[in-house]
Amino acid sequence: MREVAIVAFAQTRHTDHDTGLSEPELILPVINEVKERTGLTRFGFTCSGSCDYLAGAPFSFVSALDALAAWPPISESHVEMDAAWALYEAWVRLQHGDIDSALVYGFGKTSLGDLRTIMTLQLDPYYLAPLGLDQLSYAGLQAAALGAERAELDEIVRRSRADGRANPYALDLPDPEGDGLVAPPITDGAAAVVLAAGDLATRLTSTPAYIRGLAHRIEPHYLGMRDLARSASAADAARAAGVGKGPVEVAELHAQFAHEEIILREALELTGDTLINPSGGPLAANPVMATGLIRVGEAARRILDGRNHRTVAHAAGGPCLQHNLVTVLEG
Amino acid sequence: MPSDPLVAQHVLEFPGGYTRSTGPVVGRFLTELRERRIVGVRTSEGGVLVPPLEYDPATGEPVTGEYVEVGPAGTVTTWTWVEEPLDTHPVDVPFAWALIALDGADTALVHAVVPEHPKAMRTGMRVRPVWREQPTGHITDIRHFAPEVTKIVSPVRAEYRLRAGGSLAVFLAGVERGVLLGGRCERCAKVYVPYRTFCPECGGPIPDTLELPDTGTITTFAINNLPDPRAPEVPFVSAYILLDGADLPMIALVAGVPAHEVRQGMRVRAVWVPESERTASMANIRWFAPTGEPDVELS
Repeated sequence: MREVAIVAFAQTRHTDHDTGLSEPELILPVINEVKERTGLTRFGFTCSGSCDYLAGAPFSFVSALDALAAWPPISESHVEMDAAWALYEAWVRLQHGDIDSALVYGFGKTSLGDLRTIMTLQLDPYYLAPLGLDQLSYAGLQAAALGAERAELDEIVRRSRADGRANPYALDLPDPEGDGLVAPPITDGAAAVVLAAGDLATRLTSTPAYIRGLAHRIEPHYLGMRDLARSASAADAARAAGVGKGPVEVAELHAQFAHEEIILREALELTGDTLINPSGGPLAANPVMATGLIRVGEAARRILDGRNHRTVAHAAGGPCLQHNLVTVLEG
Repeated sequence: MPSDPLVAQHVLEFPGGYTRSTGPVVGRFLTELRERRIVGVRTSEGGVLVPPLEYDPATGEPVTGEYVEVGPAGTVTTWTWVEEPLDTHPVDVPFAWALIALDGADTALVHAVVPEHPKAMRTGMRVRPVWREQPTGHITDIRHFAPEVTKIVSPVRAEYRLRAGGSLAVFLAGVERGVLLGGRCERCAKVYVPYRTFCPECGGPIPDTLELPDTGTITTFAINNLPDPRAPEVPFVSAYILLDGADLPMIALVAGVPAHEVRQGMRVRAVWVPESERTASMANIRWFAPTGEPDVELS
């Protein structure tokens, strides 16, 4: 396996409203930032993650290419998934050995529509979508299946939002009130990561965040065919990525709801020694389709900054943590 | 439409809806649904998948061609409450999303459950489908699930005509005048109110009435949380009141004081309706209200 490292990460200062920037305008600053950090202007491969349903416009990732300077032509691909899976594709592409660098980015503006019901459109069209099962409703089912104590859930939201307030890129949100399910905030934002293989990594930074493990697993889509109280696929992905082969100093988890964090901590077998979502996590900023990549970026940044030696990032897709990707990073 | 000229509404829609092929397995399920039957498909391992899929998610094997009728009743295994339904939800009243293990199925169906009351919603509750009047072969042919019948309401009503005579007529005649009449037993000297003609304890006669004051002491009481037409509000207090000079208490409402402040030994006085409204009825006394005197030590 070829050694691949994250050598740069950038994200927007996310907003809780539509500032009116077009998607290329949203992306351009973070692309430019990682280009400046690495000194690279061209990449062996480029891959992005986004979802057309967020803006309600087809092929929005094509117009996003305007932010890349894609002439002369570049080698490019896209996933209609969180950009963490674009990172996975880029990592696989780098394993071919003929290129040494890759640019990965993701973006999403959830301010444009009603995210709660847009999320219904990802569901199976025969059995679930026609019922109008929405994001909060299926999350509510999973929370009920887990049955965690209210105080534990509230504490997760409180901690996430406090950490978010200390993170200049995340939103400034108050402590939770009331006893309902706390939804992740509506967020517009983008993020970019540069991967480098072989010698290029150490030429670009003295502290590359090496990807020591990277795996994703998926489970059945239909909610009535799984045990919603656990995430078998996250546990499998964590084992395949080798999370347990060493201590985990920091874990950035793609938990959009407090109960998801509890399920993921168990699936990844994280102990109390692991710092969870010091960035604030998705409960403090949730630019859908970039949220998972930001987890990888935040976990990498701890190593790039020299603060930590071994961190883990998790990304999720589908209803109720259906699809899970786990990355193990080491300095 | 937003009034800001720089803001526009944008709609993504497939006019008339998007046409999807069902394939044989989903199609069979929906066809059976149109006939108001719920079927699962048997997997090669012998389990029953509901709703049916073409491949067993546990093994990846194609399912068998055997369809099994399940339910229609089932058991709620997990649920979450929706207080404010969205337009896109299957019902327009508060409801629960639930995973329902239909009888005979090895997996659970996601659907809406409408209980009689939110508090009736339970894991483990038995539910049955409520069908759309004209099923078309769609998951919403089941409008929602409803609890199985576990109880019925039986109206009970009989009418009677009562006449107050004897000692009660004497007592009520006093009440009409604004006086509480009791009587002292000639043999054991116990004083009873309302007035009665004989002592229930020793059997002695009580020939004469005795006027008692409309003040007394609460000996015990109950806080009632179900409404009563005679009570001013809920919760209200009904109490045993030992009228001054009586040996046995009478029962009456207590008001003019928060329910949680009522106590044993509290001094109270009857609150009468105005004289012009008085009849030969206990309705003459609205209730008893505290006098403000110090509490009495009860023996």
